[in-house]
Amino acid sequence: MTGLAVSPTVIRQAAPALWQDYFQLMKPRVMSLVVFTGLTGLICAHRPMHPFLAMVAILCIAVGAGASASLNMWFDADIDARMRRTRGRPVPSGKVQGADALGLGITLSLFSVGLMGMAVNWLAAFLLAFTILFYAVVYTMWLKRSTPQNIVIGGLAGALPPAIGWAAAAGSTPLNAWLMVLIIFMWTPPHFWALSLYTSEDYGAAGVPMMPVVKGPKSTRLQILIYSLLFVPVAILPAFTGLGGHAYLAIAAGGGLVFLVLAWRLFKSRAGEQISDARTDDGLYGVKADARAARNMFAFSILYLFSLFAALLAEHAFRWSPA
Amino acid sequence: MAKRELTPEEKARNGRNIALALGLIAFVVIVFITTIVRLGGNVVQRTF
Repeated sequence: MTGLAVSPTVIRQAAPALWQDYFQLMKPRVMSLVVFTGLTGLICAHRPMHPFLAMVAILCIAVGAGASASLNMWFDADIDARMRRTRGRPVPSGKVQGADALGLGITLSLFSVGLMGMAVNWLAAFLLAFTILFYAVVYTMWLKRSTPQNIVIGGLAGALPPAIGWAAAAGSTPLNAWLMVLIIFMWTPPHFWALSLYTSEDYGAAGVPMMPVVKGPKSTRLQILIYSLLFVPVAILPAFTGLGGHAYLAIAAGGGLVFLVLAWRLFKSRAGEQISDARTDDGLYGVKADARAARNMFAFSILYLFSLFAALLAEHAFRWSPA
Repeated sequence: MAKRELTPEEKARNGRNIALALGLIAFVVIVFITTIVRLGGNVVQRTF
């Protein structure tokens, strides 16, 4: 190697920023999942709501999620530059200045919370503001760099959108709304730890104390199994609280069984113990043979959560009545 | 007079400006429609 080896935190100069680069700051893929769970909460509330105001509420949730993602990209640029999965993001790749990401995040936060409060209601606006602050300040600036429990506690931010949606429609958040929050909250640790088992080299290089880096792969696999055993009953619970129907019960129980089987297989595997990088490309799904159990768990966890909320959405959408 | 070819920087800035303008117009339209929806029939039924 020659002098090409430079500090990975050096932000490269790149071509002038396109509007698409600013859009990428908002993590559109994460935003789409947040919109989906927020919409499910809004529909499950079963309150008459003007369709335009429902659309504004969902837009505010989407923009709020984009705002917190932009703040995350600003603060985490040094970490992102060291990781294969994230080094192509707009700030570490030099397409967008960090200060611009910060400005976009603050502006969109103010717009989304203000519009939610004035157009929909202030409970939904408060929950949205809390979610943005929790993700940007508590998770990004504090937990992520300081504890292996970062994604456990920080997962609350990603779990709150159904409660925001419910609050937007009903002006209140009953237990069933918090049950949806609890489902995503309990789902987060096995989901992210499965991913971090085959990306731990990245996290280690970046100095992020993810569970496999701090406690090792064996402890992580055990904790994934324990969280999975706690999560699946929680996922089935809505079928007994009036939130989910028969279709939901079938999907939650059937999918939950597969979830537990995959968690057991992951526990028995040697995923995370490979010395070299477990991935075969820069994406999330191409992995070597010994990391497949972790990859399978990660991929199925997304499908399972999506199926749970799709079932709730389908069961309630037919009963929803616009104002 | 022949039109000057825009530099990549100018093209990128034009794109950003158009995106910002569309975003602001969308915000104004949303606030306007929200006002109409929230006021609803109260505007017609108000007492002078």
